[in-house]
Amino acid sequence: MKDNLEGRKLVNQMDVKIETRDVQVFYGDTHAIKDVSVDILDKTVTSFIGPSGCGKSTFLRCINRMNDTIPSARVEGTLLLDGEDIYHSGIDPVQLRAKVGMVFQKPNPFPKSIYDNVAYGPRIHGLASTKADLDVIVENSLRRAALWDEAKDRLLEPGTGLSGGQQQRLCIARAVATEPEVLLMDEPCSALDPIATAQVEELIDELKQNFSVVIVTHSMQQAARVSQKTAFFHLGYLVEYGDTDTIFTNPVDPRTESYITGRIG
Amino acid sequence: MTDITPDNVNAGQTNSTAEAVRRSLSRRNRKQVILQGLGIAAIVFALSMLLILVGTLVSTGFQAFTQTHVEIEVFVDPQEIKSENLPRGGFNNVLATSMGQYFPDVDLSDRAASREITSILSNGAQFKLRDMVVADPDLIGQTIKLKVPTSDPYDQLNKGLIKRDTAEQNRRVDDAAIEKFDRLDELGLVSKPLNTALITNADSRFPELAGLKGALIGSFWALLTCFVISFPLGIGAAIYLEEFAPKNRISDFIEININNLAAVPSVVFGLLALAVFIGWFGLPRSAPLVGGMTLALMTLPTIIIATRAALKAVPPSIREAALGVGASKHQVVFQHVLPLAMPGILTGTIIGLAQALGETAPLLLIGMNAFITSAPTSPFDSATALPTQIFIWADSPERGFVSRTSAAILVLLGFLITMNAIAIYLRQRLHKQW
Ligand SMILES: Nc1ncnc2c1ncn2[C@@H]1O[C@H](COP(=O)(O)OP(=O)(O)OP(=O)(O)O)[C@@H](O)[C@H]1O
Ligand SMILES: [Mg+2]
Repeated sequence: MKDNLEGRKLVNQMDVKIETRDVQVFYGDTHAIKDVSVDILDKTVTSFIGPSGCGKSTFLRCINRMNDTIPSARVEGTLLLDGEDIYHSGIDPVQLRAKVGMVFQKPNPFPKSIYDNVAYGPRIHGLASTKADLDVIVENSLRRAALWDEAKDRLLEPGTGLSGGQQQRLCIARAVATEPEVLLMDEPCSALDPIATAQVEELIDELKQNFSVVIVTHSMQQAARVSQKTAFFHLGYLVEYGDTDTIFTNPVDPRTESYITGRIG
Repeated sequence: MTDITPDNVNAGQTNSTAEAVRRSLSRRNRKQVILQGLGIAAIVFALSMLLILVGTLVSTGFQAFTQTHVEIEVFVDPQEIKSENLPRGGFNNVLATSMGQYFPDVDLSDRAASREITSILSNGAQFKLRDMVVADPDLIGQTIKLKVPTSDPYDQLNKGLIKRDTAEQNRRVDDAAIEKFDRLDELGLVSKPLNTALITNADSRFPELAGLKGALIGSFWALLTCFVISFPLGIGAAIYLEEFAPKNRISDFIEININNLAAVPSVVFGLLALAVFIGWFGLPRSAPLVGGMTLALMTLPTIIIATRAALKAVPPSIREAALGVGASKHQVVFQHVLPLAMPGILTGTIIGLAQALGETAPLLLIGMNAFITSAPTSPFDSATALPTQIFIWADSPERGFVSRTSAAILVLLGFLITMNAIAIYLRQRLHKQW
C-alpha cells in the first residue's frame, strides 16, 4: 500500500522503457500538459484515462514527437526512451517513429491498396528484401490486427473502401508491420464493434510479450481488461499513476475516484 | 407541482419555437426562391451571351471553312518553261494561255484582258504550278489538270457574299467578270471543297491562301516552352513554400507577392520580356521561345497558387499517418501528398496554359504579330501565335479575312474548350476518395 502513496516512483529501473520528467506542452499560450513525470514499463500495457480534453492525446504524441508537426506546439522537460533523450538534437524523429509506432484516434489509411498500406512502413525502412518477405509481413500484420480473414481476398482494393472499424484495424496492421518497440494507440477501439474490440485487445495482449504498449481509452472496462498500469490525467496534470488494479479498486486521489465512478468526465 | 412547472416551461418553449419557425419560414422560403431566380437569370444571361458570341462567329466563320476552286487544264508549254531554267519560267503566261482556252473571245495579246481572266485564279496558282513542275520536271510538255483556289473576290461572289443584285459600280466584280466566272461555272470547273489551306498554309497577303499553320506551330512552341518552364518551377516553388519553407515574415512576403503577380496585367509582362529577354539577353524578336518565356512568367503564379491550394487540400491525417510509420518529410510530400494533389495541380496547370494560349498583349509587345509567310521550324524562328494571328487578320482590309478571322477564333476556342475538357477529365479521373 505504501507504493500507492508515491505511485510515480514505484518501479524497478531495469524495466523502464520510457521515462518522462516534468514534461510541459504548450499550444501557443495554452498549457496543455503540466509537469508530467511518468515511467512507462517495457513489456507492459499502460492505459491513459481521463476526461475529454485533459491532454491524453497530447502527451501520447510527445512520445513519438508527432507534436513537432504542429507549429504552435512546444514541448519542455525530459523524455527518455531507453535512457536516450527523445528531444535531443541528435535524434532524428524519423528514426524515433520507426521505433515508436502510432495508431491514431481517427482511422487514417492511405488512399492506396490494403496491401500497400501495410507494406508501406516495411518498404521505406527496407525491412523486406524480397516480395515474398513482404507478403509474409503483410499477412502477419493483418492477422495480428484481426483483419486477415476479411481482407485476404481484396488486398489490392483501396484501404479507404473498408468500413470504419476495418480501417482502424488496417491502421493497427500498418503500425505493427514495422515491428515497433513501443506502440502508441489513441483510442484504437472507439470505432470498433465488440468482436473486433476483443480481437484488438487480444492483439494488445500479444504485443505485450515483446513491446511496450500505451493505449488511450475512454472505456474503464477496457483499461481494466488490457492494462497493467493506468495513468489518470485531469486538466493537463497526471493525477495518479499506478497498477491498474489499485487505481480501479483503491484510488488515492479523490479526483481519480470521482472519474472512475462516473462523477467527473 | 414542482414537476409540472418545468414541463410547462418546456411545452411553452416548444410551442413558441414552432410558432417562430412557422412565422419566419415563409420569409426564408421567399428569400430562397429569389436567390434561385437570380442565379438562374444570371446563368441564362451568361449562356445567351455565349450563344450570341459563338453564333456570330459561326455564322461568319463557316464561310472560311470552304474555298472556291477552279480546275483547269494546263499545257505546260516547253517554250515557256524549260527544265534548265527551273524554278524560273513563264508560269503566269502558261496559266493565261490555259485560261484562254475557256474564253476564246478574249484576245490574249491584249495584256489587260489577259490579266483579267488570269485574275480569276488566285495569285498562288502560278506558284502551285511551279512547285508541281519543279517536283516532277517530266510534266513539261504535258497537259495536266490543275485545281487552284480562285482569288478572293470570286470566292466571295461564289459564296454569295458579293451580291449580284447590287449596282455594278458598288460591286467589287463588274458584270463582265461575273459573266466570265459563270461561264467557268457552267463548264463545271468550279467547286467549293473544304478549305484545308486554313490549317495547312501559313499566313499570306491573299486571303484565299492564308492559313493558320504558322500560328498553330508558333502557339505550340510557345505553349511548350511555357509549360516546360512554368510547370516544374511552379510546382517546385509551391512545394517549397507550402511544405518546407519556415512560416515567417519572409515567406508571408513572398506569398503576398506571388498573389499580386497573378493580378498583374499581361501587357506589363510583355514590356518586361521586351526589356529583359530581348533587350538584355539579346534573344530573337518574334520567336515563340521568347513568347513562351513571357507566357511562363504569367502562368507561374497561377500554377503556384493552384498547386498550393491542392497541397493544402490534402487532409492532414494522411501526413500524420505517413509520419507516424516513420516516413521522412520528403517521403510524405512526394509519396503521399503530391500524388493526392496531382489532379488539382494538373487542372490548375491546364487552366493556366489555356489562359496563356489566348493571351495576346504580351505577344504583341515582343513582336509575335509580324507578317510571316512560312511556318516556324524551331522555337527560335519568327512566328505568330493564334491570338496574334487573329489580331493581324482582324486588322487586314481584304474582305476575305473577315470570315477567316472568325474561323481562326473558332479554332482558338476549339483548343481552349479541348484543354478545359482535358482538365475536367483529369480531375474526375484522378480524383481519389479518402
Ligand atoms: N493542435 C492543437 N492546437 C491547439 N490546442 C490543442 C491542439 N490539440 C489539442 N489542443 C488542446 O490541448 C488540450 C488537450 O487536448 P488533447 O487532444 O490532448 O485531449 P484528449 O485528452 O486527447 O481528449 P479526447 O479524449 O477528447 O481525445 C485541449 O484543451 C485541446 O483544446
Ligand atoms: Mg484524444
